[in-house]
Amino acid sequence: MGKNTLIGGSIWEEYSQKVQDLMNHPQNMGEITEEQAKEMGAKLIVADFGAESCGDAVRLYWAVDEDTDIIKEAKFKSFGCGTAIASSDTMAELCKGKTVDEAVKITNIDVEHAMRDNPDIPAVPPQKMHCSVMAYDVIKEAAASYKGVDAASFEDQIIVCECARVSLGTIKEVIKLNDLKTVEEITNYTKAGAFCKSCIKPGGHEDRDYYLVDILKETREEMEHDKLSSLADAKTSEAGEFAFVDLTMVQKLKKVEAVIDENIREMLMMDGGNLEIIDIRDTDDGFTDVYIRYLGACSGCASSSTGTLYAIEAVLKEKLSDAIRVLPI
Amino acid sequence: MRVYLDNNATTIVDPIVFEEMVPYFCQMYGNPNSLHEFGSETHPALRCAMDRLYAGVGANDDDDIVVTSCATESINWVLKGVYFDFIRNGDKNHIITSEVEHPAVIAACKFLETLGVDVTYLPVNNDGVIELDTLEQSITDKTALVSIMWANNETGMVFPIEEIGQICKKHDVLFHTDATQAIGKVPVDVEKAGVDYMSFSAHKFHGPKGVGGLYIKEGKVITSLLHGGEHMGGLRSGTLNVAGIVGMGKAMELAVENLDFEKSNVKRLRNRLEDALLKLSGTFVVGTKEQRTPNTILISVKGIEGEAMLWDLNKAGIAASTGSACASETLESNPVMEAIGAEADLAHTALRLSLSRFTTDEEIDYTIETIQNAVLRLRAISSTYAYAPDWHESKL
Repeated sequence: MGKNTLIGGSIWEEYSQKVQDLMNHPQNMGEITEEQAKEMGAKLIVADFGAESCGDAVRLYWAVDEDTDIIKEAKFKSFGCGTAIASSDTMAELCKGKTVDEAVKITNIDVEHAMRDNPDIPAVPPQKMHCSVMAYDVIKEAAASYKGVDAASFEDQIIVCECARVSLGTIKEVIKLNDLKTVEEITNYTKAGAFCKSCIKPGGHEDRDYYLVDILKETREEMEHDKLSSLADAKTSEAGEFAFVDLTMVQKLKKVEAVIDENIREMLMMDGGNLEIIDIRDTDDGFTDVYIRYLGACSGCASSSTGTLYAIEAVLKEKLSDAIRVLPI
Repeated sequence: MRVYLDNNATTIVDPIVFEEMVPYFCQMYGNPNSLHEFGSETHPALRCAMDRLYAGVGANDDDDIVVTSCATESINWVLKGVYFDFIRNGDKNHIITSEVEHPAVIAACKFLETLGVDVTYLPVNNDGVIELDTLEQSITDKTALVSIMWANNETGMVFPIEEIGQICKKHDVLFHTDATQAIGKVPVDVEKAGVDYMSFSAHKFHGPKGVGGLYIKEGKVITSLLHGGEHMGGLRSGTLNVAGIVGMGKAMELAVENLDFEKSNVKRLRNRLEDALLKLSGTFVVGTKEQRTPNTILISVKGIEGEAMLWDLNKAGIAASTGSACASETLESNPVMEAIGAEADLAHTALRLSLSRFTTDEEIDYTIETIQNAVLRLRAISSTYAYAPDWHESKL
């Protein structure tokens, strides 16, 4: 909450000037006929996505040069709100001059970015993002039709939200592309879950195979895993291994234990002593504090708080990190 | 030209109403509860306003009409008051309402459900009205309250309030009606209707915003929710909104005086607009003209999404409303449209036009022309309407 949320504004005020202009005067609105395609020496492709009962429906026309796979002309028709019309128009514009394979790579984010007045300010409010997802889905339908394959070859068409006809692939992709963290954001971006809500979580009026809460959790886990492995790959290639400071506490403990086992413990045991690691903590000022307790002969030794301690710390600093401090308790 | 056809959302304050309110800002600004003259000099106007409110809804002197801040407050008060008086501190546990109530009722009921109250949301037929048999069958010995609107904000459909009142009386169940959309549009008589509680709001009948009322039948209990002072007989504390009350009183008087004008002229304009729009192919209106408040049209225009239609109308200076999910901040489809029937795609193509006694013939002519143009333009863009003339350059 806060000052800006208390007086509900008009969502129209958040449309970019480009969105407004395209809504008023769409540039690529219309159809391509068989004859027109023939005149261009191109193949006509017509693809539909959505339905009026979903609140959004778009039809995309392509004239594709079959020798080069280049989309020579693109037109659209759209049943939908202002942003649906503007983003369909932008999507058609972005298709022009691209090959079919290139066009398939156009994302809803590309469409939304192309409609921005200012590169840092979104072209539409978040709840209107689904309109650009729509534009992105219809390209895949058109590409599938051109290639004579099933659209499923571009994405898995497991439909998670029947009301808005949103597929599992779209949802996972949108989560990843936009770094979505909540189910509400998924609904804003894809419209999945906006209608009957049965796909949001188990327990609704209809049993579903997939629920948004689960998809979000799994996709976030996948993203976290991907992030970690790419981080690991980067570290491995750069430095050979992780820097000590970047390790998790468990990994730090293991490293410290290994160094102590290899370099220190034997020395202490020869004098009839030993030590155990009690705890290991990262401090706010950037140190890693290792708490140890001396055992046996060491526990009474005068050097345990001076020379021996310095020696232990020096070894850990040398082997692992300068930021390690050893504290006897 | 700027045309305001969103009078079910709010209305212009009648200049006569405003005129009566003016002295109570800078001249007679005293607190009515003060003993001195600054306070007491507000009393004649307040008494006059209360007389007008009582007369306007047919209340007798032993009933209460408590002035609140809006109908939402009045509605919340009744629902939560009933919870305290008859559910939490009583042996009832059931409230009946309909699927097409205003969000104030629905959201308050959803809240009460979290406290363990059973709520029945009665479905509606294709005209958006509840069936009396279904209501009667839903009443149990646990039912504390029936809350059904007098007229629907989206469709304008008038509910059979007297019959509902009789059913409630027969089963000894309290009856609340949200009359926000009824006052000033159809005759409202609390005695005839047999209501125990009735909520309303001044700004829907050319009064100011921020003031509303709750009618409470003589002898009916209601726990106060706003504790603090002795205002409104201790029922609702808070310094009296003197100018607001004066304004609501005058607005009520004018609303009642203009009922005939509403039935004749507003209805004539509404019908003219409606007939012209229905000449467009692929359109239908919810409910017959006779079943509706005289000022409201809810029309579905096939192939045109509601927000897109509003966009074109707004560009031409016309204010209207849509129940389309795309036009809401939350993207959630309007429950009223869904309850009436998803088959009709109403949830996405509905356009609501609501007139007032200030609407003129010229405005209606302009609106008809503008909507015709918008339909041509947007259907040319539409992929779901099989109509493809050459690109239509509208005059918008």
